[in-house]
Amino acid sequence: MNGFSWRRLYALMRKETIQVARDRITLRFIIVLPIMQLFLFGFAINTNPKNLPTGLLAAQPSKYERTIVAAMKNTGYYKIQILRSEAEAERDLRDGSLLFVVQMPPNFDRAVDRGETPSILVDADATDPTAVGNATGALQGVIPALTRDLPANRRAQLKQNPAFQFVVHARYNPEQLTAFNVVPGLICIVLTFSTLFATTLSITKERERGTMENLLSMPVRPIEIMIAKIVPYVVIGYIQVLLILICSTLMFGLPIRGSVLLLLAALGIFMAANLALGVTISTLSANQMQATQVAQMLIMPSFLLSGFMFPFRGMPDWAQFFGEIFPSTHAMRIVRGILLKGIGVSEIIPELWPMALFAALIIAVAVYFYKETLD
Amino acid sequence: MSDVGENVIDITGLVKRFGSRTVVDGLDLTVAKGEICGFLGANGSGKTTTIRMLCGLLRPDAGSGTCLGHDIITGAVAIRRDAGYMTQRFSYYDDLTVFENLDFVASVYEMPNRRAAVDGMIERMGLKDRRDQLAVQLSGGWKQRLSLAACVLHNPKLLLLDEPTAGVDAKARREFWDLIHDMAGEGLTVLVSTHYMDEAERCKRVVYLAQGKIVVQGTGAEVAAKSGLITFEAVGGDVDLAARKLRHLAGVESAAVYGLSLHVAGTNRAAMQAAIDSVAIDGMAWTEVAPRLEDAFIHMLSVKGNEE
Repeated sequence: MNGFSWRRLYALMRKETIQVARDRITLRFIIVLPIMQLFLFGFAINTNPKNLPTGLLAAQPSKYERTIVAAMKNTGYYKIQILRSEAEAERDLRDGSLLFVVQMPPNFDRAVDRGETPSILVDADATDPTAVGNATGALQGVIPALTRDLPANRRAQLKQNPAFQFVVHARYNPEQLTAFNVVPGLICIVLTFSTLFATTLSITKERERGTMENLLSMPVRPIEIMIAKIVPYVVIGYIQVLLILICSTLMFGLPIRGSVLLLLAALGIFMAANLALGVTISTLSANQMQATQVAQMLIMPSFLLSGFMFPFRGMPDWAQFFGEIFPSTHAMRIVRGILLKGIGVSEIIPELWPMALFAALIIAVAVYFYKETLD
Repeated sequence: MSDVGENVIDITGLVKRFGSRTVVDGLDLTVAKGEICGFLGANGSGKTTTIRMLCGLLRPDAGSGTCLGHDIITGAVAIRRDAGYMTQRFSYYDDLTVFENLDFVASVYEMPNRRAAVDGMIERMGLKDRRDQLAVQLSGGWKQRLSLAACVLHNPKLLLLDEPTAGVDAKARREFWDLIHDMAGEGLTVLVSTHYMDEAERCKRVVYLAQGKIVVQGTGAEVAAKSGLITFEAVGGDVDLAARKLRHLAGVESAAVYGLSLHVAGTNRAAMQAAIDSVAIDGMAWTEVAPRLEDAFIHMLSVKGNEE
């Protein structure tokens, strides 16, 4: 008698449909979210990044150098600027503002003419091997560009004696192991997931369970509630950080070239920023479903635009601008920088303050919109 | 209680609208110190909304007044410190134990000697055996005890109870009210909303709300007297049949069966007598009795309705 009933199924489905249709905001997300993300990522993601920032160190300006630089620019991969000193080159490479440094040896033209095949040294930031891979591949195509400029006698001996060669130094990750790039990124992604979702439901849960009414009737300040929701998860987050770091070092042979304490301090700010974002989402959402939707809407771009899956430099400017907003973008640079490049405090400050600012602003939004009454 | 007669709650013209709906409509209310004031009225009559405005959980759209000497608009934070509010729905943490819930509340109020206060309250409320049980595992009666314990823990001067005994068995309700009376004896002022008439009768004063306005207020006897109702009770015979017949006759405002007895109320003695005589049923004995509070309220409500 109590078998499967189509009428009951229909009644249940109708009830679900009515409930979904009643929640207008969630419905809007369901429709707008996929379209928005498709456009955003469709235009932003580029696995073959061009116009990569490149520094040029030349002992003296020369004719051949101009031809080679022009040919490099023509590949589309290099955006070249002149550097004044080796110290500047080293610093810019470490803090990530340059991906390549091209070093012309002194007396390059004369060496070429004498048939010596001099080497042009290219230092590439190989922390993200995919970002620099295509660009270094294109260098072979630059060599023939000099042929036209050469004197006839030199041109004749090119077979045995090429005019010059590129020597590429894959810095920070000489074996170009993808794991060296992926694992530090994963640290940030895993932390984003565990922290953001930890607090996303925190306030809506109090509201839905009715405990918020009680909390409001007690002498509690909004900022106290927010901080209390965040701090315990920072502690939990640190346990995760330590576990991930130990596993990464043991299983993937990931180096820790910088200070572990500095890394932990920076990740503390990163986790606080994510947790604050979660609390804010929770404060602004009417129910848990909405809160989850909003968190998903934000977590996707913070992965895809952060330089984790696709090279940051390869994105159009507007996408890079959005990427800069997300804490995960900065955290990713800090983790890669400290682990692989061994960077110090002064180099991570430009990445630290945007995360701290993000956390402060987002928590201010939550406090502003947090209602102390049930109105 | 040196300051008897001082009003703990003193508000006038309180208004609250939700959209186009006026839920509380020009309410004036005074509650004296140490009084147990019963808040009655149908669902949606504005009881919960009024209580929430008193403790600053809702902002009134109009009206003014004081609660515990603090302005109800500007002094919400101060009121919260000195008042205890027990919500209609259990609103403590299911995943904390009885002790942890109380300890949390005591800490939020920054109580000195918090441990002693919590242990003392657990003792007083008879929660000792449940001290380390999760709140989610408590039955309705115990949850209600925990709620009461939590909202009196910080020694409030005013207790706002929103249908505290809904869904709780008779024995637990009786015990709950004994506790309330004990505390009122110690000087605590209580405003309690309820649907139960037996509870209303335990209040020193009752206030009956309908559509956000006070229909009648006073002691139980005063309310009954103000109604001008006359009530007869019948036992023996087919009371259900008699009730069905009487309900439609002139002079009978209500005819309700309570088990084996029939309760008939009206304001016109002659008409009522005629109606009762016309429904002659064998073995039915009639006596005049004092009107019940419930009869009085229902009468007041219908009179109020007719006036408008």
